[in-house]
Parts: sequence; structure tokens; C-alpha cells
Amino acid sequence: MTCAEVVRVVGALAEARPLPGAALYELVRVGERGLLGEVVRVTGDVATIQVYEDTTGLRLGEPVEATGRPLMIELGPGLLGAVIDGVGRPLASIAGAMGDFIAPGARAPTLDPSRRWSFEPHLAVGARVAAGDVLGVVQETPGVAHHVLVPPGCAGVLAEVRAGALTVAEPCALLEDGTALRLAHAWPVRTPRPSARRIPPGRPFVTGQRVLDLLFPVAEGGSVAVPGGFGTGKTIVEQSLAKYADADVVVYIGCGERGNEMAEVLAEFPRLVDPRTGRSIMERTVLVVNTSNMPVAAREASLYVGVTIAEFYRDMGYRVALMADSTSRWAEALREVGSRLQEMPGEEGYPTYLGNRLGKLFERAGRVEALGAPRRTGALTIVSAISPPGGDLSEPVTQAALRVAGALWALDPALAHQRHFPAIDWETSYSLYDEATAPWFAAEVAADWAEVRRELMTLLQQERELREIASLVGPDALQDRERLLLECARALRELVLAQSAFDPNDASSSPAKTYRLARLGRDMYREGAEALRRGVPYERLELGAARRALAAARDAADPGTGAVAATVAGAGAAPAAVGASAGGNGARAAERPTGKGVPHAGA
Amino acid sequence: MRALERTYHGAPAAAGPLLFLKGTRRAALGEWVVIRTPGEPDRRGQVIDVGEAATVVQVLEETIGLAPRRADVTLTGEVAQVVVGRDLLGRALNGMGQPIDGLPPPFGEALRPIVGAPMNPVRRIPPSDFIETGISAIDGMNTLVRGQKLPVFSGPGLPGLELAGRIVEGARAPRGEPFAVIFVGLGITAREAHAFLDRFEKSGAIERSVLYLNETRDPAIERLLAPRIALAQAEFLAFEAGIHVLVVIADIAHYCEALREIANAREEIPGRRGYPGYMYTDLASIYERAGILEGRAGSVTQIPILTMPDDDITHPVPDLTGYITEGQIVLSRELHRRGVFPPVDVLPSLSRLMNAGIGEGRTFAEHREWANQLYASYTQGRDARLMAAIVGEAGLQPADRRALAFAQRFEDEFVNQGAERRTLEATAAIGWALLDALPREDLVRITEATWLRREAARARPVDPAAPAAPVAVPAPAGG
Repeated sequence: MTCAEVVRVVGALAEARPLPGAALYELVRVGERGLLGEVVRVTGDVATIQVYEDTTGLRLGEPVEATGRPLMIELGPGLLGAVIDGVGRPLASIAGAMGDFIAPGARAPTLDPSRRWSFEPHLAVGARVAAGDVLGVVQETPGVAHHVLVPPGCAGVLAEVRAGALTVAEPCALLEDGTALRLAHAWPVRTPRPSARRIPPGRPFVTGQRVLDLLFPVAEGGSVAVPGGFGTGKTIVEQSLAKYADADVVVYIGCGERGNEMAEVLAEFPRLVDPRTGRSIMERTVLVVNTSNMPVAAREASLYVGVTIAEFYRDMGYRVALMADSTSRWAEALREVGSRLQEMPGEEGYPTYLGNRLGKLFERAGRVEALGAPRRTGALTIVSAISPPGGDLSEPVTQAALRVAGALWALDPALAHQRHFPAIDWETSYSLYDEATAPWFAAEVAADWAEVRRELMTLLQQERELREIASLVGPDALQDRERLLLECARALRELVLAQSAFDPNDASSSPAKTYRLARLGRDMYREGAEALRRGVPYERLELGAARRALAAARDAADPGTGAVAATVAGAGAAPAAVGASAGGNGARAAERPTGKGVPHAGA
Repeated sequence: MRALERTYHGAPAAAGPLLFLKGTRRAALGEWVVIRTPGEPDRRGQVIDVGEAATVVQVLEETIGLAPRRADVTLTGEVAQVVVGRDLLGRALNGMGQPIDGLPPPFGEALRPIVGAPMNPVRRIPPSDFIETGISAIDGMNTLVRGQKLPVFSGPGLPGLELAGRIVEGARAPRGEPFAVIFVGLGITAREAHAFLDRFEKSGAIERSVLYLNETRDPAIERLLAPRIALAQAEFLAFEAGIHVLVVIADIAHYCEALREIANAREEIPGRRGYPGYMYTDLASIYERAGILEGRAGSVTQIPILTMPDDDITHPVPDLTGYITEGQIVLSRELHRRGVFPPVDVLPSLSRLMNAGIGEGRTFAEHREWANQLYASYTQGRDARLMAAIVGEAGLQPADRRALAFAQRFEDEFVNQGAERRTLEATAAIGWALLDALPREDLVRITEATWLRREAARARPVDPAAPAAPVAVPAPAGG
């Protein structure tokens, strides 16, 4: 730790000597400006360092200092609403120190060290505490109570507890052995946070996007890969989810993406209101931002920083959603560093450990019972955008993701060109959570949810086959029944599956509304087929009226109030067999408009 | 700074554009290097890899005739900088920023490092100010806004450069705000360079422009620096002089080839199609230098032009570009063959920031639904065209037949505008005229309210004999 110095710099990599005691993934400060870096290889007394900041101007002979600890992130109140870079520094602090452009070498704590939080202890002196126990609460934002946890690996008897206004660095409790517990603790980002046990998925992660909730539902604690070529709307999907998905906390990682897009998020999110709290959605959101022109190694770190923050809120008992846009840029950062390390490349130049690393990252998703008392369950759902070169899903990152992800939401350029958004390709996409989530939809939305879903899937499948035939023989050669099918499938695609992210009434759809539209679409086909069977000619079918009814139902406001229940009941009333149950469930769905806002914690 | 300057006599090795040095104390990554050999003009270079064992210098000029043993290599102690300033307006420079217009070198207002620092995302302002290019397919369907980066995907023989020229000539800054154009020609032929210079001079656009022309015959490595030099100038004009700057870079495909050539010379592990694995990051360091900053008056907007080899949009150059830029304008060979100018295929084209730049107070109130309907009808018409090729036009449903006719008119009358510069009002009127030919049932994206307004507007001029008094107009049914 004496006077190691830079002996080589190439791209984002530096070598330093002598650092014989360096550990892999140890954090180091490189050069006179103190650039942040991580040791990725040790050979004799030479350590190879991936540097998280721009290395331009770094000279041979500049000093290198080891810190003796890995890359960690400070976890505590003040994360919600924060906008941090890939290694956890608030971008506003960097702007304060450096101005409008990012220069290397900034030092900025993740959490504001001067801010005081009102700490309300839940435990008293003499209580025996163990890792994960809730010491007390800080109201982090009006919608989210921050549970101050005993850090993993820490246990003992409380010798002192302090209530009142505290900074994150001040002790809020002391153990008998003198250990100080604080509102915040640091955690190494590459190590998953422990939990008591994993719980199988059940409840769906309600996205507010009809095509996703209806056809390809993902369970809370699940993981999903969203690959799509450029222009297919990956980012809009991720942003729509960040805005409207039913989650207590959202961690959004802009990994190697556009600066203007992040600016848009920063301008828009504070203005959007979370319907459950009536407050800005920014108050439930953490933004990790590392745009494509920011240093590449920090891009690699940004996913780990984001997932660690997400696990932290999961441990409090919250339902957390992590949006990673995009994992491909993370993989490319791996490739870039690997290639500079002269590692033997695997497929498409990616390092051979790509699948392994990606798998470990995705497996940090899950529904868990958290460590400690009181008992609480939390969930971390990962939605990972992927940018396959040329839109080709056979590429290594997509394939590695599909080996571990429980669902695939594939985006289709043809749909995007038609301006059909979200451009989810229903032929390629799948979800392994459909069985697991079906009971929830049956109980909370409509008993025949699964049945309607299946019928619509069949309709879409048949449409595809028919369209192939029609393109060969011409639409006039089709039977009436087939023409009806084509027309109904078109209505289903255009009015139910497509959803406008820019229309305030349509940007998000509650499960009740989604069901109502799906049901109307299904009935349009059923009733039309029935009429044809009765001998009504195709031309006499009132398909235009059915379409208009669908459009009107889509354009109607979706407040999740009694009005929704009434309409669901009304739709259910037509076919007698399912009417009663659908009506009853519609009412139940209405009581719980978009899911519950209170976490299990402390309950 | 000169204190850090040191000179080495003789280099141990050279290969392609690279020069290798040994025992360079305190060499810095990105450091500017001057190479002098007796009897030859000075060459410049940049340190791209520093190490005790070897330091690698990328030489910017042609290395033919460079004898490493005889070279005096000076490490200047500074990273590459360039002269920027308002006095560069009206000048034509080469890819290194040296004059090619016969005038003395510009004095400039400041020196700036050519490798820009990333803008802090929290200091950016989301772009939302409409730029009228005078091109219907862009203004109407893929609206460009200030601070955006919107590339043109061209193909060999397609008029990508021509379109860029038209945009440069036609672009207007609203409210008469200060406006400048920076044109960067990368690896363009002498013919193209001449044509462009000529065009800028004839139209008078040169007065508010800076041209950086790297020709095919110039060293490939200059191509890697030229866009960065130009962007350093653009950032100065925008963020320090308060000017709205439009940067046109043509052709990015040549840039990427130069990047591949250098990576190969450095014996790096190649990625897709031989391009280096870091090409995404590298391109981002150019494209991301577009934007608007809080509290600064100007803006940088980029229109990069690139040629898709073999019209292949999945080729790494357009592919990686599309992942970074905020949309793309795609040219179609089929439209070009039919004589449509500009031959923009609006279906794969996209402006991601369009939504922020259109609507009431920016373009026109119904812009979104108007564009959506044009897209929808055109898509249907294109599908019908495929179908008609198999079953014949007579075999189509009536709605498909209407859409087919619509698609044809859309291409001939809306997209095609020849040499005309269209105002936004003209673009909107042509679009409405095309939509008016369709029955209400086909206009699924047009809301009822808009439809009724249009009905009323159309009903009014129907009777030319009617007096101007509003009372004489019979109320349209349902109106």
C-alpha cells in the first residue's frame, strides 16, 4: 500500500506495481486525480485495474492506492429519488463540483451526510438483535417507510438506542460489545444480500400493459428478458413499467443508453403521480444512470449497484422492480474489458463467463422471506432489456438471458414499423409464470381469466395461419368464418394488445380493464361465429359496432372504481354461464384497484 | 505545460499507422505527439497505449517513408486540443482543422480538447423545439427537434448526401435565433467535397457554416479526429456563444472503416464483421455530443449520414448507430428508382423525440393523430400492394383497394417533393388532402372531435357562391 505506480494504461485498463497484496475486486484509487478502479487481475506484484472513469491524460508513474475493500454502495435513507452514476455517486453532486460536463476524479457520497432523518426505534435497550431485524423506521418519502435493519453479519444485545433526528453516519443504536448501528450501512455490490429463504412465485407483477399482463404475465420475484432491435420500443416498455407497474420501489438502470432519454426521465418522473400515494413516482424511484458515453467500466458496475439497492428494499419487505436498460451494454462492457485483458474470447468475442455472470445477476431476482424479525416477505422482479445486434435473438446475450429468465417479451420490428406498440411479438414471447399466476388472476380479477386468455391466444395463432393462406389465395377465397376470425383478430391486435404510451387514458391498464377488453374481444368472435352458424351472412354482422364498443371501452377512463366493476359485471352478464362469477370477481377487483400499497413489513 | 515536453531520438518500431516507443517516462494516455524526420514535413500523433514496455503512438499523417530510427518523437505533455471560435464560421478546413480555403489559419477564441467530456445527464434539458427542415417526410412524419441526433440511413447510390444538403439549406431556426451549420465530410471523394463546397457557397449557407472536409485521399486516422474536432467547435458555438448548431457528418460508414483499420493494426480482437468490440462506445462518444444544457442558450443537433453496405440495416454500422441515435431516416432504393425525392421510407424511419416536439404550440394540434393515421393507412396500403402482386388488384377488399391508392398518392405527392422546400403548413395540408380522400371508417386514428372539425372546415368552402357570412353555411349533419 506504499508507493505503487501506474506502469501501463490502455483504454479503461491500468496496471500498477508493486501491489503484491492486492485482492481481486479490491477498490483502488488510480493516479493523482484518484480515479476509481477495481482490481481484476493480479500477476506477481502487478495488479490490473479496470478504471471507472475516463483514463485520458493518465500518466506512467502516477500513484496508485489500494483501499483494502471491494466496491461497496451505501444503503440507507435518501436513496429514493436519487440519481446516481454507475458507481453510486449522485450526479447532482458531480455537477455541483464539476459543472455541466463530467470530469474524472469526483468524490461524492451516495447519501447526503448532512441530512437529518427522524428515527423512530421499534426496539428498546436490552433487546437481542440479529441480522435483518428491524431496529426502527425512518419516513424516507411520504409513501415509503424506510426500515432500518441490523446489517447482515451483525448480532448482539442493544445497549443504547437513540431516537430523533440523526444523520446516516451517526449511531442510532449501540450493541453491548460497542458495535455502532447506523441508519445506513455499506454492502459490497457483487455479493448478493442474504435472505431467510426463497418463496415460490405466485402473485403477478402487474405491469399495466395489457399484452403483458394478459398473455405473458410475470410473477413478482421473477425475471424477464426484453430483447428488441433499435426502434422497437424497449425503452418505452421499460419506462412505462417504471411509471405504472404495481411495485413499492422501482430501481431504474440506464446502462449505456442515451443522455437525452435520461434527461426526459428526469424531467418527467417527478411530474408523474403514483395513484396509490398521490405523490410523485420519483419518491419511489432510484435512478442509476450511466449513459453510453460515460466510462465503460462503470457501466459494468452499474447493474450490480442497482441490483444491490433493489435487494436492500426487498429486505425491508417491499415489492421491488428493477428495470435494466440495457443488459447488452453491460455485456459489451464485459467484452471490452475482457478483450483488453487478452482473454480468449467465446462467441462473438464475448468472454466465456458471460452466461455465468448474467445468470448470477438474474438469480438475484426472487421472492424471499427476509432475514430477521418481524417476519416479512419481499420480492425483487428483474426486467432486463436486451439490444441484440441486428435484432437477431440467436446472439449470445439474448441466449444467455433466456437460459435464466422466466419469461421472454420479444419486440418485433415489423410491429414497430406499423406503429403497433408495445411491439410485443405474441408468437415468439412466452412466460413460464402463467400457471403460477393464474390463481391470482382467477381470484382477484375474473374466474375465467385463464380461459379468455387461452381463447385469445388460439385466435391469434389461427390468424397467423390464415393470413398466410390469404396471402396466397386472396381474401375473397376465404370462408365467412375465416373472414370473421381475421377481422376479430385485427380488432384484438389494434384495440386490445396495442396501447398508447402517450394517451393518459390508455398508458396504463388495470387488470380489470385488461380483462374487460379481452372479454369484449373474445365475445366479438364468439357471438359473430354463433351468428354465422345461425345463417346470418358475414356482411350483416355488426362488426363495426363491436369494434366501436371495444374502442370506447379502451378510451374510457380507468380509475379502478365501482364503475369498472359495473362494466365488468355487465360484460359478464351476457353469456349466462360465466356471468355470475365474472360479475362477482369484478367487484372484488374493484376494491383493490391496482394492488396494495402497503408492504408486509412490520405487519 | 511545455515543462512536460520531452523528445526521444529514434523509435524502436513502426507498423501501419502506429509508432512504438520505449522507456517513455510520464507518458499520458491521449498525449499529443509531434514526429520530426529530416527532409519530411512534421507528423502528428496521439498516444493510445502507454506502458513501461512500449508506448504506442497513432500517427495521424501518412506513414509512408517514416523511418522510426531516424525520427525525433516529441511528447508534448498535453492532450490533443484544437482552435475553436466564431471566426471559424465561413471557413473550409481539412479533417485536422487546417484551412483548405487558401486563407490563413483561424485565430480562434479558445483551445479545447478534442475529446469532449460527457454531458452530465442531470444538466441536460430534454429536447422539444421543432426544427423545420422543409422536408415533408421528416417534418410531418419523423419530426426533428433541437438537441436530437437523427441519422440518415442511405445506401450506395442513394441520395443521402443530397438530402443532407437540402436539410442544411432548408433548415430554419424559429424566431430568428442565431443558427450555424457544421458540415463534416469523412472520406468523401474530391468530387463530393467540391460539389458540397460549391453548394454552400452558391446558397450563401457558407456564411453561417464551418466545413471540415476529410477526403478519401486523406489519412484514415484523420477520420477518427475530424468529427471530434468539429464537435469541439460545435460545443463552443452552442454552449459558450449561444448559437443553435446543426452538425451534419457524412459518411459514418467511412469513419467505422477507419476505426476497424486502426483496431486491426493494433491487433485487437475483432468483433462483428471485423469491427472492434468497443465500436458502440466509440460511436456514442460522437453521437452523445448532441444536446441542450440547462442555463446555456445554444444547442447541438446532429444529422449523421451513413451508407448501409448492400442496403443492410442489420450491418454493424447502422445497427450500432440506431441503438445510440434518437431514431433514423431510412432511404428506399425502390422509391429512388421511381424518381421520388427524397426517397424516404417512412415505415422503418423514426424520430424518438418527435412526440416532445409536436402538437399545439409547437407544430399543429392534431399532428400526432394526423401522423398516426398517415402511418396506419400507408402501412395498410403497403400490405395491400404485396397482396395485389399475388392476387391482383381486383382480388382486394374495397378497404384494401382504397389503401393501395392512398399509398401510391402518399409516395408521389407527400414524400415526393422534388426541389421544393415545404413549410410545415404545406406538409400538413398535403397530408390532410390525402386523408380527406378516405371515408370516415378508414380513419381509425382520427378522433371524432378532429373529424367533425375537419368536416366543418371542408363544408365551408364547398359552395363558392355562399357569402362570407357564417350564417349562410348549412350545419353539416351531426356537426
